[in-house]
Amino acid sequence: MKEVIEGSHAVSEAVRMARVQVMSAYPITPQTHIVEALSEYCADGRMEASFICVESEHSAMAACIGASSGGVRTFTASSSHGLALMHELLHWASAARLPIVMAEVNRALGPGWNIWMDQTDSLSQRDTGWIQLYCEDGQEVFDTTLQAFRLAETVNLPVMVVLDAFFLSHTYEPVDLPDQETADRFLPPFVPNIRLEHENPCAMSQMAPPGHYMEMRHAIQGAMETVFETFSEIEADFDAVFGRKYGMLEAVECEDAEVILVVTGTAASTCRQVVADLRKKGERIGMVKLKMFRPFPLEAIRETLGGARKIAVLDRNFSFGASGIFAQEIRAALCNHPGHPQVFGYIGGLGGRDITTDTLETIYRMTKESPEPARESVWVGLKEEE
Amino acid sequence: MSRTAETIDTAELMYPGHVGCPGCGATIAMKLALRALGEKTMLVIPACCWAIIAGPHPQTSLKVPVLHTAFATAGAAASGLRAALDRQGDTETTVVAWAGDGGTFDIGFQALSGAVERNEDFLYVCYDNEAYMNTGNQRSSATPFGMRTTTTPGTNWKRSRKKNIVEALAAHRIPYAATASIAYPEDLMRKFEKAKAMKGGSRFLHVFATCPTGWRVPSEMCVSIARLAVQTNIFPLYEVEDGNRYTLNFKGEKPVSEYLKPQGRFKHLTQADMKEIQEMVDEDWELLMRKIGLDPCG
Ligand SMILES: Cc1ncc(C[n+]2csc(CCOP(=O)(O)OP(=O)(O)O)c2C)c(N)n1
Ligand SMILES: [Mg+2]
Repeated sequence: MKEVIEGSHAVSEAVRMARVQVMSAYPITPQTHIVEALSEYCADGRMEASFICVESEHSAMAACIGASSGGVRTFTASSSHGLALMHELLHWASAARLPIVMAEVNRALGPGWNIWMDQTDSLSQRDTGWIQLYCEDGQEVFDTTLQAFRLAETVNLPVMVVLDAFFLSHTYEPVDLPDQETADRFLPPFVPNIRLEHENPCAMSQMAPPGHYMEMRHAIQGAMETVFETFSEIEADFDAVFGRKYGMLEAVECEDAEVILVVTGTAASTCRQVVADLRKKGERIGMVKLKMFRPFPLEAIRETLGGARKIAVLDRNFSFGASGIFAQEIRAALCNHPGHPQVFGYIGGLGGRDITTDTLETIYRMTKESPEPARESVWVGLKEEE
Repeated sequence: MSRTAETIDTAELMYPGHVGCPGCGATIAMKLALRALGEKTMLVIPACCWAIIAGPHPQTSLKVPVLHTAFATAGAAASGLRAALDRQGDTETTVVAWAGDGGTFDIGFQALSGAVERNEDFLYVCYDNEAYMNTGNQRSSATPFGMRTTTTPGTNWKRSRKKNIVEALAAHRIPYAATASIAYPEDLMRKFEKAKAMKGGSRFLHVFATCPTGWRVPSEMCVSIARLAVQTNIFPLYEVEDGNRYTLNFKGEKPVSEYLKPQGRFKHLTQADMKEIQEMVDEDWELLMRKIGLDPCG
């Protein structure tokens, strides 16, 4: 049944229907609505779960690690400074091969304090071994969160479901919510592959000397490489039950496109409009919405973008001293591809600044008119004075 | 009831061949603790010497399940594990966080304070060797006044007092907080048994554990040094229930110099320094006696 709910509550509803058993989180704007709803579900009995109100995000992830090692389905949510504070334990969770699911609301890092949309927080956690999935709207948030548990529990790696601050977390949209039986049909109860137990007392996450460490890391990469197939299977199952699928990336009007815009999150919705409008005017514009960032869908990127002429990547994030992070990854993915396209990098929408149809149209025109990228990144929407 | 060799449960839950230093007090502490706790125990161990002693992959020196975890997280990870067991209907298992003084007094203090404020149903054990020994004897806030460490070397030996962790925990009004010593195994095991039986809330044990390597004492003096700490009242044995009911377990009579002199870590101290330490010990003892409701001189 369709209900008009906030993006944050699309997360909470999915977590409830996933029958998560232990949650732990620490409040930070704009993640609070997610965990407030979950606290209510625990209090009023709609969820049979424990919500551990810890004193920091570092402890929130540690509590999830403890709970997941004990063999239950776990969830947390965070954002920005909270995610940064968790950093040490993000590495711990993935290397311990724990299927923890987290909702991460993309928010800028200070100083100055800024609670608005920016992707640098989640992208700074690129190398922690978490699967990262970026969402465009409330429905995708709900669907991806539910799928995330199956994905995490199949490959034994943690999953971060990423949504834009406010543009998504606090925006009300109609979301199709299934009944519990249908959700159960898609997501069976959690059966841990490993857990602490008296029948077979083992040490988990103990010291790993040089003779073992590399193999363990290699195994994590091995698991990452299975994600593409597993994700597709899970999406196919989901599609069979719910009639929706998204793909690791989605190509819109790319076949004959002269310029392909690569976007993530809610900017994809704006971009769909721009593509439709400009196509009507005869412009050969296409769009790729990137959903999966880790593991990076190399093959799919090469297939979709390898034959294009010009690519314009919009980054709502920045790696100081280098460039936009999505652009870097796409350049790296294409550099060994014969006849690869030119990659134009654009930085925009940092710290909550709007990405409008005008912004995207400007990016399209600049790319179309430039014979080649003049700089690694072009900042769009900067005020002249600053 | 006092224990005899016959009544002590000697079923070992530790394997021989662990990698603790000769005479390691923390290892004695674990051995005694597990005898009291029994096999329905799960350990949560953050970074510390015990993260090494418990063995590298694929070995373990313990016969109970162990969750190794990041340095600052014992309190939080143990909370999560407890919740997981409860959710699966296992209320029998005792979850035991087992951390060093650095992991308890310093980097893990926030997570510990948060956990005991929630009155999490677990036993938190701090084995205290009075410095960061895993990393080579750097000072912690459990390092006593007067001790030389690798970060308080030479004439810069530690001038601030040891943090009183049991009082800090008692101030959280948890059901049980107590000190124990490897030199008093009956008392120590009684406290572990008592703590195990007090299910439903947070229990904290502060266990004095000599580190012959870091303290620069011969390994065979491990236990006698720990005994002197109690006999000189520098480490009093006592219990606090609900943060306000104090019980003293032992009253020492000896001067602190007897404890300080045999240890390399205090070798540089002058008579005047030792006198200053004696005054601090007397002052702390008086404060403790007032809380217990005893006459400090009686
Ligand atoms: C976040 C973090 N900082 C520093 C370290 C390095 N480190 C590992 S163990 C340790 C000291 C542990 O001291 P303590 O808790 O007293 O235990 P002990 O080694 O004395 O048994 C330190 C500083 C670490 N593992 N993690
Ligand atoms: Mg120590």
